[in-house]
Amino acid sequence: MSSPLAALFLREWRVARRIGGSGAMGVVFFLTLVAIVPFAVGPDPNLLARIGPAILWIAALLATLLCLDRLFQADAEDGSLDLFHLAETPLELAVLVKCAAHWAATGLPLVLAAPFLGLMLQQEMMALLGVVATLLVGTPALTLIGAIGAAATVTVRRGGLLIALLVLPLTIPVLIFGVSAAQAASGGTVPFYAPFAILCAITLAALALCPFAAAAALRYLGE
Amino acid sequence: MRMSRDVAQPAQPPVDGAMRLCVDDLSVSRGGRIVLDRLSFSLSVGQALVVTGPNGAGKSTLLRALAGLLPRAGGSVALAGGPPEAELPQQAHYLAHSDGMKSALTVEENLDFWSRYLAQAPDRRSRTVEAALGVVGLGHVASAPFGVLSAGQKRRAALARLLVAFRPLWLLDEPLTALDRASREKFAAAMRDHCANGGLIVAATHEPLGLNEAKELALGSAG
Repeated sequence: MSSPLAALFLREWRVARRIGGSGAMGVVFFLTLVAIVPFAVGPDPNLLARIGPAILWIAALLATLLCLDRLFQADAEDGSLDLFHLAETPLELAVLVKCAAHWAATGLPLVLAAPFLGLMLQQEMMALLGVVATLLVGTPALTLIGAIGAAATVTVRRGGLLIALLVLPLTIPVLIFGVSAAQAASGGTVPFYAPFAILCAITLAALALCPFAAAAALRYLGE
Repeated sequence: MRMSRDVAQPAQPPVDGAMRLCVDDLSVSRGGRIVLDRLSFSLSVGQALVVTGPNGAGKSTLLRALAGLLPRAGGSVALAGGPPEAELPQQAHYLAHSDGMKSALTVEENLDFWSRYLAQAPDRRSRTVEAALGVVGLGHVASAPFGVLSAGQKRRAALARLLVAFRPLWLLDEPLTALDRASREKFAAAMRDHCANGGLIVAATHEPLGLNEAKELALGSAG
C-alpha cells in the first residue's frame, strides 16, 4: 500500500535537497526578515519581546509561501503530472505526500531555526517554546493551504506572487491562532491551550480538505 | 482494496487473449473546436496502430483522450478483457514530448521511482531498472543525473519507463524524436516484444516505426 507513496516521498525529498536547497533558501529568507525588523521598529528590548512571536510567525508565513510556487509547476513542466493522473494512486494522496515532503524540506527547517532567531528578538524560554510548538503545528497548515494556490496557478508563469495573493487571506485564521497561542505561552490573560487547540484543529482540517481542493484544481487545469 | 487484488492476482492469470481496445464514436473538442469527430476503431491484443496525419490533425489529442487526460465530448473508450477493477488510464503508459523525469535525480532513481509508482501489481513482464536500461542501451549512464544526458539519451530513458512497469496499452506520441538509427531499431524490437507479450500500442508518428503488421489510422487535415 505504502510503496508508491514512499517512493514519491523519497523522490520529492531528494529533488528538494538537490536543487539548490530551497529549504535552505527559505531559512535564509526567514533569517533576513527577522533580522531587519529591529532596524525598522527600533532596538527596544521590551517592544521586541512583545512583538517577537508575531514577527516570527509572519516571517515563517512569508518564507513558506515563497517556496511554494514550484510545488506542482515543476511536475507540470516535465510531464510527471500527466503520469500521476495515470497512476493507480489517487491524485489526492499524491498531493498529500508531496506536501509532506515539501514541508519536511522547507517548513521543518523554519521550525528548527525559529528558537535561534527568537533569541535575537529578546524572547524568554517559555515564549521560545511557545513559538516552536505553534510553528510546528501551524506550518503544515500553511503548506497545505498554499498547495491549493500552487495547484490553481500551475499553468501560470511566474505565479509566485499570485499564489501569495490567493493564499494569504486563507492563512489569516492560522496566523491569528498561531500568534495568540505563542504569545499566551509567555504569560498573558489567555490560556495557552485554547488557541493552541484551535490551531491544531485548523491544521487537521487543512490536512483533510486541502489535498482534495488542490487535486481538483490540478485535474481541472490538466484538461 | 489493494490487498484483495494482490491476493487475487496469482489465481487470475492475465486474460490477454481477450484484451481489446474499443473506441466508439469518440469525439473530443479543444477550445470549443471539434478536433476528433466520431472516431471509431478497435485494436486487439498484440496489434499496433500507427496514427498518422498532418500537424494539427488531432494525433496528440487522440492519445491524450485515450489516456483520460482530456474529457470526451462524446463516445466511449474501453479496454475490454483486462483486470475488472482497473480503469483504462491505469493500464496505459503515456509517453509524450516531455519525459516525466527530474533532472536533479539520476537516471536510475527516476526509473526506480516510476517503476514503483506506476506498477500496480507485480507482473513478470515488468523488467528491472537495470534490464530496462540495458534494452535501451543506457546502462553506462545509470548513475548520471538525468539533466546531463543528451536529448536522445533522455528519450531513451523515457522509453525505458515503459519497460519497468508492465502496462498493456502503450500510448506513444512521436516516440522516435531525437533517436538515432540504432536506438530506433532497439525500440522497434522492444515494441514487437511488447506486442508479443500481450500488449497493444497506439503510436502517433510521422516516421515509420519499424513495425511490419501495424494497422494504420490516418486522421484528416486540420482544415
